[in-house]
Amino acid sequence: MMRRDLCFKILAAYVRNEIIVPVYQAAQEWHGISPDYALTYYSIGAMGQASSCALGLALARPDRRIVVLDGDGSLLMNLGTLVTIASQKPANLLHFVCENGMYEANGGHPIPGRDRVDFAAMARAAGYVRADTIATLEDFEAKIPGLLKEPGPVFVALKLTAGPPPSQDYLFIHGAAARATFKAALRQS
Amino acid sequence: MSGDPITGTVILDQIAASGVEFVVSVPDITTSAGLLWPLAEDKRFRLIRVCKEDEGVSICAAMSMCDKRALLLIQYTGLLDSINALRSAGCEYKMPVCVMAGLLAKEPGVPPTQSKSFGVRIVEPILDAMNIPHALLEDLGDERHIRLSIDRAYAQSYPTALLIGRQM
Repeated sequence: MMRRDLCFKILAAYVRNEIIVPVYQAAQEWHGISPDYALTYYSIGAMGQASSCALGLALARPDRRIVVLDGDGSLLMNLGTLVTIASQKPANLLHFVCENGMYEANGGHPIPGRDRVDFAAMARAAGYVRADTIATLEDFEAKIPGLLKEPGPVFVALKLTAGPPPSQDYLFIHGAAARATFKAALRQS
Repeated sequence: MSGDPITGTVILDQIAASGVEFVVSVPDITTSAGLLWPLAEDKRFRLIRVCKEDEGVSICAAMSMCDKRALLLIQYTGLLDSINALRSAGCEYKMPVCVMAGLLAKEPGVPPTQSKSFGVRIVEPILDAMNIPHALLEDLGDERHIRLSIDRAYAQSYPTALLIGRQM
C-alpha cells in the first residue's frame, strides 16, 4: 500500500508535457503538489466523468499523452467507460485508479465491493491493452517511466492508503481560470 | 399541421457544414435508420459509440478544449440521464456541448410540450430551466437551426440542444 501524496510526487517528477486529468481529492492532492502544472484538466463537478474527459482529450489530441488520476468510487459510477475506451483504443491514454476503497470526499464511507473488486481485471476484460495493479512505491517508481511511454490504453490500479489530508483549493480547481490556463497551455504546447 | 419531413441527408450536410468532426452516440430508434446508420458510413465524421450518454457529454466538452467540434447524438431519455454532466460541464463550467436528441414517440406536428408522452413534454422545460437554447428539427427548412445553434454554442461556450421531432 502507498500513500497517494508520495505516489503523486513521484509522478510529478517524471511528467513533462503529459495532460493530467485528476478527480476530486486526487485533484486537490495533485494541485497541492504541482500547482503550476498548466496541462492539468481538473475533472470535477460530475463524479465519474474523468476517464470520459480523458478519452475526449486523447482522441482530439493524439499527439499528447493523457494521464487520468481516477478514483475507485468515481470509476464505479461510470464503468461503461472501460468498454468505451477499450473500443476506441487510444494509444495515448494511461488510466490510473487511486484505489483507497472509500468515498473520500463524502465522509469516508466504503465503496461497494471494497477489498473484493479487482479493477485491473475489469479493465483487462473490457479490452485495455494492459492492466496492472501496483501496491508499493518502489514498484511504482520503477514502472512509471515505462508506463508514460507504453502504447495504451493502459490501466493501473494504485493501492493507496490515506496520507495527510490534502489542502483544499476549491476556488481554483472549480474556477474558470483553471480551465483557461489549461486551454492556453494546450494551444501553446 | 406537419410539413415535409426533414431528412437525414439534409441534417448530415448541416452538421458537416458546422465544422463537426466527431459524433458521439448512443443509438436511438428515432434517428437510427435515417441518421445514425448513414452517419456511420459517412467519411466526414468520426463516430464514437459510447455506453452511456453522460460519457458523451464529457467527451464533447473535453474536445472543445482542444478546439475540436463534436456532436452528441442520443435519445431524449439519455439527455435526461445526462443532466448532471450537462449541468456541470456545460452550464457551470461553460463549455460547449451540442446535443441532438430524438424525441421518441413525439407526434409529428404536435409541439413537444403538448405530446402525450410525459418524457417528451418535460424536455423543453428542463432545458429552459438550464438556460440551454433548443430548436426543433421536424420539417424541411428546420435544418437552418443546426449550423446557427452549433456556431452559437462554440461562440458563447455554452450547451445547445437540437431536438428531432419525428422518426427518421
